[in-house]
Amino acid sequence: MFGRHGSNLPVTTPAIAEIRKTALNAVHRRLNARMVNFGGWDMPLEYSGILAEHDAVRTRAGLFDVSHMGEIEITGPGAQSLVQWVSCNNAAKLIDGQIQYSGLMTSRGTFVDDLLVHRISGTHYMLCVNASNQDADFAHIVAHNKFDAKIENAGPRYSQLAVQGPRAAEILQKLTPVSLSPVHYYYFVSGKVSGIDCLIARTGYTGEDGFEIYFAPEHSEKLWDDLMSAGAPFGLIPAGLGARNTLRLEAGMCLYGHEIDDTTTPWEAGLAWICKMEKAPFLGSDVLAKQKQDGLPRKLAGFEMLDKRIGRDGYPVEVAGKQVGRVTSGCPSPTLKKNIGMAYVPPDLTALATDLEIDIRGQKAAARIISLPFYKRPQ
Amino acid sequence: MYPTDYRYTKQHEWVKVDGEHGIIGITHYAQSELGDVVFVEMPKIGTKIKVGASFGTVESVKAVSEIYSPVSGEVTETNPLLADAPEKINSDPHVTAWLIKVKLDDPKEAASLMDAAAYESYVASAAKDH
Repeated sequence: MFGRHGSNLPVTTPAIAEIRKTALNAVHRRLNARMVNFGGWDMPLEYSGILAEHDAVRTRAGLFDVSHMGEIEITGPGAQSLVQWVSCNNAAKLIDGQIQYSGLMTSRGTFVDDLLVHRISGTHYMLCVNASNQDADFAHIVAHNKFDAKIENAGPRYSQLAVQGPRAAEILQKLTPVSLSPVHYYYFVSGKVSGIDCLIARTGYTGEDGFEIYFAPEHSEKLWDDLMSAGAPFGLIPAGLGARNTLRLEAGMCLYGHEIDDTTTPWEAGLAWICKMEKAPFLGSDVLAKQKQDGLPRKLAGFEMLDKRIGRDGYPVEVAGKQVGRVTSGCPSPTLKKNIGMAYVPPDLTALATDLEIDIRGQKAAARIISLPFYKRPQ
Repeated sequence: MYPTDYRYTKQHEWVKVDGEHGIIGITHYAQSELGDVVFVEMPKIGTKIKVGASFGTVESVKAVSEIYSPVSGEVTETNPLLADAPEKINSDPHVTAWLIKVKLDDPKEAASLMDAAAYESYVASAAKDH
């Protein structure tokens, strides 16, 4: 056993650098979670099991510690201009209390990271970024700060919990005087949860309704315990990064280091909806304009396996015996009961029902292009 | 936890020797490390397998792992239960969720593997490294 390949998660072997821990590390260990090194962070992979946790989020609710995620605060009169310059979505369209999914761009029009931009005010933005990229993101934004904005790498000031699933709103509502029903998807409010000051955002990485709440780390255990207690009657259970990955993949969401990185553009990743050329110029916009005109060398597509095997990350994708691309993420879909994945292939091979072969450790397995997202929650 | 009449490998397979025949599976520790098993790839009946060589794979939600043979021999049977219920490997890895039966090249070969007590202490030290 354990001649492992094709793990879905960028799990790395413990490096010499000290592994980072969230304020809830002891809680995870008390719950007997299986822990992994995720981008330098000691994080829970699973508690009761990926399938059980995945099912809980789809049908009831799950509680995730996502305190490893980074936060970057940008303030001052130049804040909006800086956000506009370094990101590809149009932050000028945001109103106070609104959130936007966006990309932090290199000058080549590729991803330094993907992120959520929270507009607190026109002179104050909070960016939520990937854990393993936060220091690089911060350095990148500082390097391009020709607008004299104030930039803070604020990760250590925040813990973050995600309550996700169809019962998430009912659970969270029990702990806050803030009325949650007017807080629409991709909006946030400031308010108390369990008497603790929080930023309460209706966002998530699971394809379900849910909330991501940001607060000072010293309150982590209390909020975790109170959410677990409030959620127990609704069937809420703790969920780890394993379920987070299968949930986001079913929902067709990109994971940095897999579907997107500093070699992929928003066009290639199927993220044209977050790349707004009308606000150009911004970092990489000239390259993006050119690529849009010249055509794409490859495009991200969803596939399903036609047999029982799983096309996992990094496996070659072939047509007629010739390699045409690679799988970026693949896993069994617990909700759809089939094996799914995403891959980069030439644009002419992304038509629905195109037949592909995945090279699974030397054996060819049949796969077929299907539409993204694989899963959409019932409205 | 670990049957005393089985022998165990460092890669977390077990073999139960009965005369010229052996039954092979993966251990409780292996299944707990893998998590939810969703697919098992088995060799064909009649396949010659060699000690230390991979004869199949076990896929869990999060990863795929090779299964290395604890002994040499010829595959005489694969467990039909696992085609439709691979999750049995999680619930009963030592008994009903065996993987393959083999006719052994050398019935004494397995004697050099760990016994249950040695394997248990091996697993205990592996768990500590986590």
